[in-house]
Amino acid sequence: MIRLENITKTYPMGKRELTVLREVNLDIKQGELVAIMGPSGSGKSTMLNLMGCLDKPTSGKYYLDDREVSRFSSGELAQVRGRKIGFVFQTFNLLPRLSALANVELGMRYVGGSDRQKATDALVRVGLGERAGHRPTELSGGEQQRVAIARALVKNPPLILADEPTGNLDSKSGQEIINILTSLHAEQGITLIMITHDAGIASHCQRIINLMDGQVVSEETP
Amino acid sequence: MRKWLDPLTTAWTGVITHKLRSFLTILGIVIGVGAVITLMSVGRGAEAQILSNIQNLGSNLVTVRPGAFTFGGIRGGISQTLTIEDSEAISQRIDNIAAVAPSYNSNLQLVVGGKNTNSQVTGTTPEYMNVNNLKIASGSFFTADEYQRGAKVAVLGSNVAETLFPSSEPVGQQMRMGTIIVRVIGVLQSKGAMFGSPDDAIYIPLTAMQQTVAQPRTAQGGRIVSSIAITVSDADKNQSVIDEITSLLRTRHHLSPAADNDFNIMSTEEIASTLSEAIGTMTLLLGAIAAISLLVGGIGVMNIMLVSVLERTREIGIRKALGARERDIWGQFLIEAAFLTFAGGIIGVIAGWGISYIINRLGVMNTLVAPDIVVLAVSVSVGIGLFFGFYPAWNASRLNPIDALRSE
Repeated sequence: MIRLENITKTYPMGKRELTVLREVNLDIKQGELVAIMGPSGSGKSTMLNLMGCLDKPTSGKYYLDDREVSRFSSGELAQVRGRKIGFVFQTFNLLPRLSALANVELGMRYVGGSDRQKATDALVRVGLGERAGHRPTELSGGEQQRVAIARALVKNPPLILADEPTGNLDSKSGQEIINILTSLHAEQGITLIMITHDAGIASHCQRIINLMDGQVVSEETP
Repeated sequence: MRKWLDPLTTAWTGVITHKLRSFLTILGIVIGVGAVITLMSVGRGAEAQILSNIQNLGSNLVTVRPGAFTFGGIRGGISQTLTIEDSEAISQRIDNIAAVAPSYNSNLQLVVGGKNTNSQVTGTTPEYMNVNNLKIASGSFFTADEYQRGAKVAVLGSNVAETLFPSSEPVGQQMRMGTIIVRVIGVLQSKGAMFGSPDDAIYIPLTAMQQTVAQPRTAQGGRIVSSIAITVSDADKNQSVIDEITSLLRTRHHLSPAADNDFNIMSTEEIASTLSEAIGTMTLLLGAIAAISLLVGGIGVMNIMLVSVLERTREIGIRKALGARERDIWGQFLIEAAFLTFAGGIIGVIAGWGISYIINRLGVMNTLVAPDIVVLAVSVSVGIGLFFGFYPAWNASRLNPIDALRSE
């Protein structure tokens, strides 16, 4: 489903360039549950952002469903993000002034249009049917992350990318989030790629990719 | 599916979740539109007022005045060429006219009791009252008989009556006018403020006037008058009557075919259209001044939309991550700007309308809110929203999604 070929990403740092990813090659098949691990600064987030079409590689080719999206225009990339990819961020990234329900509806806003019933179903799915009218500030961190998951899954994407989804949560809420995400993978066959620092969480995955200094240093299958 | 509704609800949410900012944006537009509506309504009101004053004179009034004559390209000043004899000739020879009234104006000294003033006095014929649509408030206008006899009687305009006889009934009183003593026999109804208003005039029979003022004569011996007013029997005939009088007077004044008229002839309609054109220009000027404040309001919209984009960078990033294309983003901000300015336009219209209503009620000025101005002001304000909202909206749409997401 995902193929990275010699992907390099550099950022300008004043006069010098900072290379975050160095010629990374990677294949991820449909339906896989993958954990990406590595120390901070190793390029995990950059890699995930590239996979999520939020950023473009400096060089190399990125194929998503056999299409070379690294050559897509920004409008085409937006469509790919909307149709195929659900994001779950460490900082939730909910719109603070909208209710939980409206935030979930936003997940469909740019792909086919809002649908209140589907949004409600998605909230029920993550166990927040009762709290649909609450704003993010009235919800706990775990609840906010569940709203974010509902927003990601409401459009039935084949791929969910999660960047340290439990990083801001206590271990109990974190475990709930992991349970929801893994059950999505198990029940719907969604391809799930997540960044984590937690070896316990990584152990739930089928495949662990270790990054170091912008390169894949090892892979393991727990 | 509510796909078509989504952009509207998004914009609406943007507006109501930032109430103070939305209010300030709207305020600039409200002031601009309100000022345009108010000033234009004042201008239009003045125009309507003056036109109705002129219409009061009757649309079938034609006035002849002595005009500048030119000789060999040199303007020779005002020539005193109109005579009573011209007036009589018009009355006898021209068809389709109901009445003719020549008049001669002179400045005369007036003495009433201890008061001594100078005022313009109009000597005329009894027809003058009907020709100029004058209405009597008390007493009467002078009759044909009084005119024949050269009776020393006077009819006062309402302002003159108030000035000369502030505390007593003028009718029946006597006053000295030049070298004669006249008796006041009537006071006119007020016609409202306009230039050359009959409210400020005094009318006496021309025959009486000749007893105190030596009416000048032309070289041929004609008795000179200041103007001749003619009532055309049917307003449709205005132009043909004007043409006939012109050719009659040219013949009487022995003008060669190449020479310009030595008189001016104009119908009320022509005067009205000339005046309304002048006032229209004035109104446009007022509107243009007010439009500047609308422009400033528009720049305010741009300012606030830029701030709004900056403040909502993260929101833009989130929306982009969820699949928003560039046009979804600029569409959202543009609709928001247009919505704010449209609301501002509507409120501005209501405010401007209210102010012009109050001005009207206080009797300061007549105002008239014209529907075309309302439509124009509202559409211009929406246009301003689109114009000044475009740059910030476009800026927002160009943000790189990952940079937008990372911003705090």
